[in-house]
Amino acid sequence: MMLAEAPPLARNVIDIRAATKVYGMGDIQVHALRGVSLAVERGDYVAIMGASGSGKSTLMNIIGCLDAPTEGEYYLDGADVNALGDSELADIRNRGIGFVFQSFNLIPRTSALANVELPLMYAGMKKAQRRERALAALEALGLADRVDHHPNELSGGQQQRVAIARAIVTSPAIVLADEPTGALDSVSSTEVLRIFDQLNQFGRTVIVITHEQEVADHAKRVVRLHDGSIYDDVRRAAVIGPPPMAPGRVA
Amino acid sequence: MNLEGLRIALGGIVANKLRSGLTMLGIMIGVASVIVLVAVGAGSAAASRQRLEALGSNTLTISTGGFGFGNRGGTQSRVIRIEDSDVVALSDKVEAPSVKLVAPIVAANSIAAVYDGASTTPQQFQGTNEALFSIRNYKVESGVAFSDADVVAHAKVAVIGLTVAKNLLGDNADANTLIGSEVRFGNANLTVIGILKPKGTNGTQDQDNIVLAPLTTVRDLISGSGTSVSQVIVQATNRKATDSAQTEVLNILLSRKAGSTSTSFLVLNQASLLQTQDANNRTFTVLLGAVAAISLLVGGIGVMNIMLVTVTERTREIGIRKAIGARRSDVLGQFLTEAVLLTMLGGLLGVAAGLIGSRYTIVDVKPVVEPYSVFLAFGVAVAVGLFFGIYPANRAAQLRPIDALRYE
Ligand SMILES: Nc1ncnc2c1ncn2[C@@H]1O[C@H](COP(=O)(O)OP(=O)(O)OP(=O)(O)O)[C@@H](O)[C@H]1O
Ligand SMILES: [Mg+2]
Repeated sequence: MMLAEAPPLARNVIDIRAATKVYGMGDIQVHALRGVSLAVERGDYVAIMGASGSGKSTLMNIIGCLDAPTEGEYYLDGADVNALGDSELADIRNRGIGFVFQSFNLIPRTSALANVELPLMYAGMKKAQRRERALAALEALGLADRVDHHPNELSGGQQQRVAIARAIVTSPAIVLADEPTGALDSVSSTEVLRIFDQLNQFGRTVIVITHEQEVADHAKRVVRLHDGSIYDDVRRAAVIGPPPMAPGRVA
Repeated sequence: MNLEGLRIALGGIVANKLRSGLTMLGIMIGVASVIVLVAVGAGSAAASRQRLEALGSNTLTISTGGFGFGNRGGTQSRVIRIEDSDVVALSDKVEAPSVKLVAPIVAANSIAAVYDGASTTPQQFQGTNEALFSIRNYKVESGVAFSDADVVAHAKVAVIGLTVAKNLLGDNADANTLIGSEVRFGNANLTVIGILKPKGTNGTQDQDNIVLAPLTTVRDLISGSGTSVSQVIVQATNRKATDSAQTEVLNILLSRKAGSTSTSFLVLNQASLLQTQDANNRTFTVLLGAVAAISLLVGGIGVMNIMLVTVTERTREIGIRKAIGARRSDVLGQFLTEAVLLTMLGGLLGVAAGLIGSRYTIVDVKPVVEPYSVFLAFGVAVAVGLFFGIYPANRAAQLRPIDALRYE
């Protein structure tokens, strides 16, 4: 039943070729990425693992169009990202990609509802419609009774769910998460992972950075980075179909 | 500007009430001082204009260097005086077509007025003719003025100002009771036939502390003045004609007085005085406005300072907004709106403060609010916000999302 919702289209929605990232200029240069090539098919669920400092976040920021590679190409949905201007990149960040951060990154002194409405505002949606959709997203994440709370009035798990609601409210095809459970306890983590499983089941491409094997177990594919290079790339489940730990698979 | 943006900007301002308040205070003081100082400038201009116009419009005052800096050069063999015959010559419609009225004045100094035991020395005691009333705009409030016939008849009559009447009768008495009474001036008794309508002070002189009497009567009072007059007041046919009237009058006097040069006569031209005064007042107002504008500028720098702090403080927020799809123009708009809103609120408060402040008399000047200064000050305040907001807002807009997100 849920299978029907997964888009069968198998093509590379993300295509990174020989990307390098060098931080700093002059004497002290840090090579965060040393020629990474990564292609991700639509509907895939990828976990990126690796030691601290191996370049995971750097790679994720490039994928999320928050940063640009020093060298190398990046095609997003077939479009050359390096050739895009600021406002086109803003549109991609707005509608094409949802980003979930380890530290939630909610806007302080602003209600959960307003935080979730924000991407829709930048998308130019009307207030009433925006409200409706933001409420629906929060409700789907079990936050119906927390919409008027400010971030400092929410638990970590609740904040992360607000952040996820904000990331998915514009229905982006890709959801990126940089250690989304890093700051959460096991109960909240389980909840968040269940949400990602569901998102992937509904056809979204999900990429998660994690240190924890339990998190990686949810992914269909695990990519390992070491010192700025990919040294391991394992497929654990088919791109088409539910993620390994999804309840739909068991049922 | 959409309502949404306004709300977000307002939220930013409210989030830091004290800081925003102090910044607005800077703008408020700037705007208020522009309005008040321009109003003071305009008020003092209006006052001095009034003062000059009270002396009579389109008039020339001619004397033989009797006042001001001495025009009597040492080489002058004979003292040149203006005589009654000269006054008649000045009234010649052919020789002086631009002259409308001529009034001679004989001034008598320090002549005490005594009535019913009370005594006062009027500031001005002048002998003149009927024309002066018209030239100087003297209205007789009660009673009558004297006529040229009275001048011929050496009539023992006088028209007095309200201050003189009050000095003689006491402050609360009805000045009109003096009409018909005899008041002793020096060694003559003059009958009061009129009380002048009060003119108030001209800033330096109480214009109601005056006694006017027929020219001949005053001459009788002060011995030895012969047929000369102290001053001649000439009224031109209109304000534009004052300059030609001046030329005509001077030419007549020069041809009539042997050995006189143009420096023998002192001519005060009311119109040109007014012009100079106006120009001076404009300079004064501009100067005041400039001082105030500087304070507005200082307020603007305060806005820029605060906006830079705000942008730095909210770098992470900017990063988040960019990460979820804010364009450069969105961020620019947000901070620019905040800056302009800050100055606009400060400007409105400043307008209110300026209008209230202009209701008080400041250093003896009643400020006159110039509408242009209100709009100008407010407009400049908003422009200042725009100008000084652009740099910080642009800095925010140009931040790369990842750098902003990583900012600690
Ligand atoms: N802005 C920066 N300037 C300089 N060096 C940087 C910058 N960001 C990251 N680096 C360096 O690049 C390398 C990769 O960093 P990255 O954040 O991608 O690691 P990571 O795999 O995400 O680590 P972690 O698991 O600790 O989050 C590290 O050596 C880091 O010190
Ligand atoms: Mg990282």
